[in-house]
Amino acid sequence: MGIRERLSGNEAVAVALKQIDPDVVAAYPITPSTEVPQYFAQFVADGQVNTEFVTVESEHSAMSACITATAAGGRSATITSACGLALMWELLYVASGSRLPVTLAVVNRALSGPININNDHSDSMGARDSGWIQLYSENNQEAYDNYIMSLRIAEHKDVMLPVMTCQDGFITSHAIENIELLEDDKVKKFVGEYKPEHSLLSGERLSIGPYDTPMFYFEHQYQRARAMVDSKKVILEVSKEFGELSGRHYGLFEEYKMEDAERAIIVLNSTAGTAKAVVDELRSKGEKVGIIKLRVFRPFPMEELAKALAHVKAVAVMDKAESFSGIGGPVFGDVRSACYELKTRPHIINYIYGLGGRDVPMSDIQIVFDALKEVVKNDNPGEIYRHVGVRGV
Amino acid sequence: MSKMVEVRWHGRGGQGAKTASLLLADAAFNTGKFVQGFPEYGPERMGAPITAYNRISDERCPIHSNIYEPDYVVVVDATLLSAVDVTGGLKKEGAIIINSAKSPEELKPLLEGYEGGVYTIDAGKIAEEEIGRNIPNTPMLGAVVKVSGVIPEDEFFKDMEASMHHKFANKPHVIEGNMKALKRSMQEVKGL
Repeated sequence: MGIRERLSGNEAVAVALKQIDPDVVAAYPITPSTEVPQYFAQFVADGQVNTEFVTVESEHSAMSACITATAAGGRSATITSACGLALMWELLYVASGSRLPVTLAVVNRALSGPININNDHSDSMGARDSGWIQLYSENNQEAYDNYIMSLRIAEHKDVMLPVMTCQDGFITSHAIENIELLEDDKVKKFVGEYKPEHSLLSGERLSIGPYDTPMFYFEHQYQRARAMVDSKKVILEVSKEFGELSGRHYGLFEEYKMEDAERAIIVLNSTAGTAKAVVDELRSKGEKVGIIKLRVFRPFPMEELAKALAHVKAVAVMDKAESFSGIGGPVFGDVRSACYELKTRPHIINYIYGLGGRDVPMSDIQIVFDALKEVVKNDNPGEIYRHVGVRGV
Repeated sequence: MSKMVEVRWHGRGGQGAKTASLLLADAAFNTGKFVQGFPEYGPERMGAPITAYNRISDERCPIHSNIYEPDYVVVVDATLLSAVDVTGGLKKEGAIIINSAKSPEELKPLLEGYEGGVYTIDAGKIAEEEIGRNIPNTPMLGAVVKVSGVIPEDEFFKDMEASMHHKFANKPHVIEGNMKALKRSMQEVKGL
C-alpha cells in the first residue's frame, strides 16, 4: 500500500513528473521552484524519463513551449513561482483560451516589489481570472496528489482547461516530511495516455490560436467559462477515483471539525495545517471551532461553501495576498459573495496574513479565533478588513 | 497529539546546520517516525547566522510554522551565543547542546539564566581528527541523538552506517571516519 518516503514538496512534484513522464517539460529557474526542474533534468539525464526537456530563456517562453507542444498533441508541463508566473501572464490566457490542458506546478512566492523570495499567494491569486483551474495543497503529500490528479482534470473532454497546482514556497517546498508515494505503474495507469480530440500533428486540417472576430470571440469565451463551471463535477470524479486508488480522499474543500462549529476559519495551503492544530487545542477546551481548507479555488465552490457555512455564526477568511481593492483579499470577496443568498448568514471578516514569508505561528490563528468570539458576542462584525501578524496596526 | 520533539539549530551559513537538520530528519524517519526538517530561508551567505528546525513525532504533524518553544537547541557555532538569543523559548525540561571545547560550566553564564540542561561537545576537534576536516555536523548529530534520546542509539548507528554506505559508495574511506566521529561525539558530549 504505497511507498513510504520522506521528500520535500519540490521533490514530491519532481517525482510525480517522473512517474507521469510527460512528452515535454519546458522550464526556466526561479526561487523557490528551481529545484523541481533541477531534479527533473537529472531524471532526463539519467534516462529515467523520455521527456523532451526544453531549457527556455524565460517563463514567457516556457509557457509558449508548453502551449505549442500541447497543441501539437503532446502532454506538457512547467513549473514556476512569483515573477516567473507574472512573466507567463499573457500566455496563461492563451493556454486556457485555446483550451489546451497544460499543467503547471506553482510554488507560491510573493511578487515584487520590493523583491522578496518568500511565500505568499500574490502570484497565483493574481492569475485567478486567467481561465486556469487552481488547486491548493497543504503539504508535500497534497502537492504530489493534486499534481497527479491535475492532468486528468485538465485533459477531460468536458474541461480542456489548464490547471495550476499550488503549494507554499519554502514552507512546504523545502521542508522534508513523510509522504506516501504511489507505485510508478499505478500513476502511469491513472494518468493514462493523452489523446486529444484535435491536434496539429493528427493529420487533420487545423489551426490553433488564430484571430477570433467579434462574430465568434464571445461564444468562445462563453464556452471557456462554461467549461470552468463544468470542471467542478470532473474534479470530484477524478478525486473519487484517486481516493479509491490511494486511500486519500479529496473534495472541493476539506471541512475540519465543522459539524457543530460556531466559529470557522477559511484558509488554504500550509497554514490550514497550523490552524487544525489550533482547532484541536481549542476543541479540547470545549470551544466550537472549525476550519475549512479550500482545495479548489477556481472554479469557486460557491453553493457548497454556502451550505457548509450556513450554521456558523462568524467566519474569518484568511488571505495570504493583498488585492489592494480597499475591501479585502481575493478569497474573502468570493466567500462573502457565496453567502449572500443564505437565509441566515454568518458574520464574515477578512484577515490578510503572512505576506512575504512572515511566519504564521499558532498564536496568530488564536488571535483570529478570539476576534471571532468578539464578533459573535457583539453580533456585529466590527472592522471587516483586518490584518494579523503585521507590526504597527 | 502524542509527544512531539522539537529541535532548533543555530549555525552560520556554510557550516552544515541545515544539512544536519535534514540528516536528523532522515535518521528519525528511518526508525519509523513522522518528521519535519526545514531551514528558515532568507538571503543566505557564508558566515551569516542561520536557523533550521526539526519536528519528530509518532503521527503526522500538521503545524507549518517555525518553532518557538523547542525541546532542544543545537548551537553549531559557539560565537553565536553572544549574537543570537539561542535559548529564546527553550523549554527548561529540555537542553542546549553547544559545539565548543569549553565545559558546560564555563558556557552556562552566557545563557542568560537558562535553567535546563547544558551540554558541550568539541565537534570541530572530533571532525578534524576523524574526518580530516572541520565539518562539525556529523558529531553534532551524534550529540543531539545522545542527549535527546529521540532515536534509539543502536538503531541510529545501524541506519547511519547503511545510509553512509549508500551515500559514499564511491568514497568508502570516508565512512569509517564519519562513524567514528558519531561514536566519539556520543561518548564525549558533556552535560550539566
